This record gives sequence, C-alpha cells and structure tokens, in this order.
Amino acid sequence: MTLSRRELLTLFLGAPFAFAACRETSAKRLPEGEIIGQSANIGHILREGRTFEVPQANWETKKVVIVGAGIAGLSAAWRLKSKGFEDVVVIELEKEAGGTSRSGVGKPVNYPWGAHYLPVPFAENADLVTLLDEMSLLEPRGPAGEIHAKEEFLCREPEERVFYKGRWYEGLYLNAGASQEDKRQYGQFYAEVNKWINFRDAKGRRAFVLPVAHCSDDAEVTALDKLSFADWLTQKGLNSERLQWYCDYACRDDYGLKLEETSAWAGLFYFCSRVKKSGDESQPFITVPEGNGQFVNHFIARVGDKVRKDWMAVAIEPKENGVEVTCLVDGTLRGIKAEKVVFAGPMFTAPYAIRGFREAPPFDASEFQHNAWFVANLHLKDRPVQRFRTDFPLAWDNVLYESPSLGYVTATHQKGIDYGPTTLTYYYPMCAEQNARTKLFDYDRDQIAEVCLSDMERAHKDIRELTTRLDVMRWGHAMISPRPNFIWSGVRQKAMEPYRSIHFAHTDIGGVALFEEAFYHGLRVADKILSN
Amino acid sequence: MKRAPLLFLNVFIIAICGLIYELLAGTLSSYVLGDSVTQFSIIIGTYLFAMGVGSYLSRFVDKNIANRFVEVELAVAVVGGFSAPLLFLTFANLSYFAIVLYGIVFIIGTLVGLEIPLLMRILKDELDFKDLVSRVLAFDYIGALVASLLFPIFFVPRLGLNRTSLLFGMLNAAVAIWGTWLLEPLLKKHITLLRVKGAIIIILLAIAFIKSDRLTTLAEDSLYVDNIIYSKSSHYQRIIVTKGKTGYALFLNGNLQFSSFDEYRYHEALVHPVFSVFRGQPKRVLVLGGGDGLALREIEKYPSVEYIQLVDLDPDMTNISNAVPALGELNHHSFQDPRVHVTNADAFVWLDTVDAEPFDVAVIDFPDPNNFALGKLYTTRFYNLLKKKIRPDSAIVVQTTSPLMARMSFWCIASTLEAAGYSVKPYYTTVPSFGVWGYALASLSPFDEPSKVRDGIETKFINAGMMPSMFEFPKDTERPNEPIEVNRLDNQALVRYYEEEWRRFEQY
Repeated sequence: MTLSRRELLTLFLGAPFAFAACRETSAKRLPEGEIIGQSANIGHILREGRTFEVPQANWETKKVVIVGAGIAGLSAAWRLKSKGFEDVVVIELEKEAGGTSRSGVGKPVNYPWGAHYLPVPFAENADLVTLLDEMSLLEPRGPAGEIHAKEEFLCREPEERVFYKGRWYEGLYLNAGASQEDKRQYGQFYAEVNKWINFRDAKGRRAFVLPVAHCSDDAEVTALDKLSFADWLTQKGLNSERLQWYCDYACRDDYGLKLEETSAWAGLFYFCSRVKKSGDESQPFITVPEGNGQFVNHFIARVGDKVRKDWMAVAIEPKENGVEVTCLVDGTLRGIKAEKVVFAGPMFTAPYAIRGFREAPPFDASEFQHNAWFVANLHLKDRPVQRFRTDFPLAWDNVLYESPSLGYVTATHQKGIDYGPTTLTYYYPMCAEQNARTKLFDYDRDQIAEVCLSDMERAHKDIRELTTRLDVMRWGHAMISPRPNFIWSGVRQKAMEPYRSIHFAHTDIGGVALFEEAFYHGLRVADKILSN
Repeated sequence: MKRAPLLFLNVFIIAICGLIYELLAGTLSSYVLGDSVTQFSIIIGTYLFAMGVGSYLSRFVDKNIANRFVEVELAVAVVGGFSAPLLFLTFANLSYFAIVLYGIVFIIGTLVGLEIPLLMRILKDELDFKDLVSRVLAFDYIGALVASLLFPIFFVPRLGLNRTSLLFGMLNAAVAIWGTWLLEPLLKKHITLLRVKGAIIIILLAIAFIKSDRLTTLAEDSLYVDNIIYSKSSHYQRIIVTKGKTGYALFLNGNLQFSSFDEYRYHEALVHPVFSVFRGQPKRVLVLGGGDGLALREIEKYPSVEYIQLVDLDPDMTNISNAVPALGELNHHSFQDPRVHVTNADAFVWLDTVDAEPFDVAVIDFPDPNNFALGKLYTTRFYNLLKKKIRPDSAIVVQTTSPLMARMSFWCIASTLEAAGYSVKPYYTTVPSFGVWGYALASLSPFDEPSKVRDGIETKFINAGMMPSMFEFPKDTERPNEPIEVNRLDNQALVRYYEEEWRRFEQY
C-alpha cells in the first residue's frame, strides 16, 4: 500500500502526532530487517473449502493427532507423554512451534515475539505448579506450601515506567501530577477491585481466578459481562483521565481491546485474578529474556519428537470410528487416521478445517473473535541516552502514555545486562483500526518499521541511530477478544464438549488469551482422552 | 587625532589580558603544586621579571614598530589563550608541569613587556611625553585592577579556568585585529596578512572554547572545589580526578570514590580483616569492582597470593593509572603486578556466565547502590551467584556504605548476605573523606571476628590492638529494631533505602 509518511503515521499514531513528526525531515534511514513468520497466505487456503484426495500410500495411523503446536497443543502432548502415552503427533502449519509464545534467538540474549511473562500461579493451580517445578523455576515449597519462584526468574525491579510529556516516571499508573480527585478515584477503584478479590460464591468459588473455568458463574458476577469496562467505570463515577488510561492500557495490553470494547468482567478479571486476597500485591511475574518462549522450548525438549512443523491440516473429517486428518506438506497431501483429534487451533478456523462443522455447528465459531497485532524486535547496538537526570531509568516494561502502542520490553533486563547491545520488543495492538487485519497485511516491513521508530522517537531521539535491525511479526489473529456478552454467552461451554471424536483445546475456550488458559485446556483434553 | 584615545582603550584591554594570564598561572600552580603563597609569589616575580626582559628587548625593535606591535599582541593571544588548557593537559605529569608553567609565564611576561614600550613609541609623535607616560601607565594599572577584581568574582566561578583563558585569548586577538585599523597609516605592509593571522587565531581559540567541555563541563568546574585534572565520560560513567591541596580525589558520576589523603584507611580496613578471617594461606583472590587499584595494592602485600582476578566494568577505570600517572603512584602500580588479571565486565553478568576456579578471598568493592544497575550487585541473587566462585571456607568482604548516614542501607546489605546463607560480621571504621564507613565480612561457614592483621603485613592505619573495636557498633549505628527488607532482584529494596537515606544530605 503506498502511503506518504504522514498518512501512514496518521493511521497508526494519530493525526496530531503525525503532524508533529512530519514537520522535521521527511526521508529517514530505516535499519534492515524483515517480516517474520505467520503464513497468512497458507492459512487462507483453508477458506477455499477445496476437497483433497490423499494418495493411498500417504496414509498413516496414530491414536491421537493434535492440530496446532501452540501452548494448548504442546501442553496436551506434554501431558499425554508424561502419562506414558506415546502414539501421538502434533502438526503445526508454521515453520516454528509455539504460536503467540514464540521467541527469537539472538545476541546478547533471546527475545520474545509475543507473550513474555507468567504470573506465579496460586498453589491451587497444581498442574501449572508441576510444570514450573519440572522447569526448575520454583523454590522448594514454603512452610505453609507457598509457591515462590526463584529470584532469577522473578521480574527484576524496576519493572515498569511510563513516558509522559517528555519524561519517564516510575510505575504504570501515572502518579506525577495526579490531583487529589485522581488519587481518590484510584483509591475507590482499588476498593472495588478488592471487593471482587474477596468475593466467594455459595460454592466458595472466587469471582475471578485462573483458569476461567474455576470462576464463579454466579449471576452477580456474570452480569459484569453484559456491559463494557468503560460503562462500568462510568457507573462507578470513575472518570479520572489517568485512571481511565490505566484501565484502557490494561485492556489493550491483555486483550488488544480498548476500554469501551472490553467486557467489564474481563477488565476486572485482569485486576483481580492474580491477587490472593485484598491488600496483597499482585502475583509476581516469571520472566526470562525469551518470555514465554521458555515454555515452548521446554515442551519441545520433552515432546519435540512428536511435533511436525510445516504440516498444515487442510481437512479434518470425522468417521465412524475415528477421524481422518488430511495435511498439506510441502505440496504433497498426507493423511493420518486417528482415534481422536485435539483441535488446538483458534476456534474461528474450526468450520473451515472440520468437515461437517458448518452443516451442523456444535457451537457458533463466529462468536470467537480475534484482533490483530504487530510486534517488532529492535536490535540496538547500545542503550538510548537518558535525557534528564530525573528520568526514571530503563525498566523491563516501558510504556508510552500518549501512544496507541503498548511500548516495549527490554530483553536484557532480567539477565542484569545493563550496558551495551540489547533487544527491545515493541507491541502494537491494532484496536483502533477498522478492518485492522486486512490493513495489517497490506503494510510492508518498511511501513511498520517507520511507525514503530516514529513512535519510539517520542521518547528516544537516538533510536534510529541505535537500531541495527528491526524485524516485524504480524499477528493476524493474535488474541481472543473478550468483548461484552462473549465470555458468559455459553459458547465457550459448548466448545468444551467434543464434536464426535474431536476435542477442542485452545486459550480461546477460556475467553482470554493467557498461557494459563491454553495450558489448562490442553491438559483438560489430554486427561479426557487418557480417561477413555 | 582620534587614534590616541582608542589606543588607550587598547592598552586597557591588553593590561586586563596580561594580568588574567598571570592570575591563571598562579591559580593553576597553587592547585597543583600547593602552597599558594609561594606559588603566587614566584609567578608574580617571574612575570614582572619577564616584563622587564620584554621592555629591555623592545630597544632592539627598530623598524615597522606598528607591525611588530600587532604581531606581539597576536603572540600573546596564542600563548595566553591556550595557557590554561595546555597546563591542564600536563597536570597529570608533574615532572613536566613546572617547566611548562614557568615557560609560559615567562613568554607571556616578555611579550606583554614588549607591548607597552612599543605602543608608547608609536604614540610619541602624537602626544607630549608627559601626557603619554601618565595616560598609558594609568590605563595599564586600571586594567590590572579590573582584571584582578573580575577574575575571582566572575570568571573563575562562571567560566572555569580553561574557558577564561581561551576567552581572553580571543579578546586579545580581537584587539590586535582592531589595532590594524587604528594603526593603518603606520603599518608598512602586510596589513591583510596580519588580519588573516588574527582571524585564524580567533577561530582556533573559539574551537577550543567550544570543545573545552570535552575537558570539563562548565557545571563541573563550579561543582568541584578542587581543580579537575582528568575527566572522561566513559561508556559507563563520568570519571573525574581532582587535585587539591590535600591530594587527589576520584569521582564517579559526581560521587567521591576516594581521596588520596585518607584512602589508605578505607582500603586497609577493606582488605586486611578478610585476610585475617581466611584460615589457610590465601592463594586465589577475587576482586569485584575496585578498578582504582587501591585494594589491589593492599592485597599484593600478601606473599602467599598467587592469582588475583579483578572484574571491573569500566576499562577506563582499570586504565586510569596510565591516564593519570599520579594515581599509578598512589596504588603502587598495582596493575603491573603479574599476579593481577583484569576482566572488564559487569560483575553480575561475569558471575552468571564465566566459569572460574574457586577463590579463597573475595573483595567486593562496588560504588554505593545509588541506581538499579548497581543495586543488583548487592542482591541475594548476586551473593548466590558468588557461591559458585568460592568454597565453604572462603572469606568475603563487601563495602556496605555508611552505617551512620545510611543505617538501613548498611544493615540491609548485612541482612541480604544472611538471607543468602552467609555468616556475616559487619564492621566499620572512620574515613574522614567519607565519614563513618562500613563493611561486612562473610563466609559460608561460621567464623570468628578477626583480631589482628596477619604477621608481616605493613599498615599505615590499622594497629595491633584496634581490630576488635571495629566490630563494636555504637548505639546510633547498630542494627535497628525495625524489620529490614532483604535486597532482591525483584524488589531492589536497597536502592530505595539508599535513595531515601542519602537524599537527606543533599544540598540542592
């Protein structure tokens, strides 16, 4: 798509910013780099609904086929294998496993391409604790069974800073310049949050906890899903600009949605689900340079022999006593006859891949909506220069208050590498745009790089000079969107039921795009298969 | 004739410039060589004597007096203008300093001494001798008064020595160029050439004026009491060495690291107790930080030591003994000892990524934890990483800031070492430049407080009986009753304690 720099920046970063940015020079140098991954074109073959004839010699038999090597699929395979179940194969259409938890390998450290942290789980989430123990991420249990992650994996301070009107401040909520009223509303907001943290229904369930399947379905709680988080704030009289920004940032960060697009249930879920009891700190984050790529790498170390990359399931056909999976592999059609299939791809693809789904839908797949993101990794030869002595220093998460992006995380932070080359991972959820997904794939690397660098330049005048390489990942369907009336509409519960011999396992079924959800549904389905 | 009054103004400015150079030389020499009475006395004497030499030499100038006059002014502009930066660059090497200093003073004095007689001869046809002498000398002395008042009140505090010197060089050259118009009828030839020379000199001085912040910044010149003799923005920090009456001092990012006046107190107290704690013959020693080489000087006193691994972030620090030879003398050229092996790396990353045989003694001498990058070097994670480089009986010492000025910070470091599984014995001493200063001895196995320095080790500070008293904390520095947070990577509690505590002492 040919656009002037100003048109491009107006689209992504807003007209006032574009006007200011374009007053200076026009043609600026771009570092080298490329578009990484996501085969949108391959994926779209599915939509054509073709029929495929697999040559007789190309059929094989497996007890279980897992379609999709994201966290859900890998978790299912990990569970099966750890229970001694070997007759399984995981097929993945991309060249790399991991889905949105993928990461890149580089110097001085690896870096994430998507999800980049996991809050320390509660002890109740025993399966996840088992995984973390297996990965040696946890300390021995405390005297009362408390879960503590090892120091080197707990997000190092300083965790967050925010850039506002030319200066960096500590934290994510903008305290600098907050009025008495702002502070009062901030207090009131957390009083509301604390009320929900302490909530228990008649069965003793929390309102918000991970996994979502363990949350209370009490009407008082699910009623929150019927309105937007913006409306909920308005109802509570919370109109402080910086509080609204803070909540909006949370929605964009966790869901890729704006405040007014996010279900109030999902908004409160973000603030409540990782706090044990009111007054406690939120559970600390486990992170490493490659982010949640560390879980992908661990799963691959355990079940990598079961994973076939560049294998695309083009047709999944339920039969009398099993399922036939047709795959396109390097231009050749291959078939797998399986007893069970775990469908661990995004839910919206189910009608395209599963034969008979459209004719008699077990659930309305169109209710599962996703949003588009792009992520850029900037490889820097050195650190940006601190402009003011009072600027809060480079943190793990660095947020730009005035930007529609989410800012960037610093890959070297956790390793204590505070000088010299680093990699910054810049996140941009396309929540403001109409037809964002189509647009995203119309832009080329240079255009996206220009958006990213222009945005970063607000805070770092030297970013172009320092960036030696800038690669871009376009995530067409990055995250499930918990808009109002989705999470508690009933569609997720339907998707938890198998369709003939096909089981669905994906973070989509949780309704929020989180590692814990993908992991939970992967294990849920694996256990169901094992129990038969 | 309009020329005469303007030439008196010329005399006035020349006089100011001349005296400024003299004052600069006097100030610089008293900074470096100390004893300002002696230094000013010798500088003034040399300068006046040189002026006499110049006046005498003026009789040998017969032709083209006006041309010679302008040329002399330009020469003063060059030598005077660059005098302070030139002296600045020779600071570090004291053996040359005196030669350069008195050479410059003598040249400037001679040239200034030439100026007035030449000017009087130029003006002698236009005025009575009586008027001429009275006015020229009057303006000369008024200029001297103005210079002597402006120099301490305005120029040194606002511009610093380097810029003052360069600024007056430019003024001097400008006056010389202006003189080519005033004296145009008397100048025989080469007027344009003189003006071009003048312009070149001004440009060179102006470039030096702009670039002089490479040497020191305006702010620094007024920030440091003593004179800055070395400054460099390394990749990691701003390094400054000053020289004053009591000796040399090193600053990193504006924070004093040592003063040569009393650093031996700090470094003896840092090194000798930990060597007394180690029970065997220490062979392998690890030094983390300590790029000034002063801890090395103390460590090298132990003949049993065979291998010293020093890890310091900044190559500009570990090379500072070469850049400032006086510091090499101070650390007894400790980096030249063949037992010393230097690695330039962040100690945290080094501990995490580099394998090394275990060390008997570890000396941890980082700057105070005033930012997060330094704070990580005092965390449980750091001390846990250190365990891979030591044995259960190894002895460790950590500099732990002031237990008086930053009591919580001091005890936070001790608590952090304990939380990481070490036996810890905090102690302190007095270092006048710093105040009451603290350290922590640590080992993975229980140990007794050391009672004396090992036999045969020479010290300037620690005596035979004092070591036990270093472990007796007075009430105002002992471990506070309130709970103290352990410093971890994910809370950086120490940086917050430290900032809170030291902020109380900030002047601005």
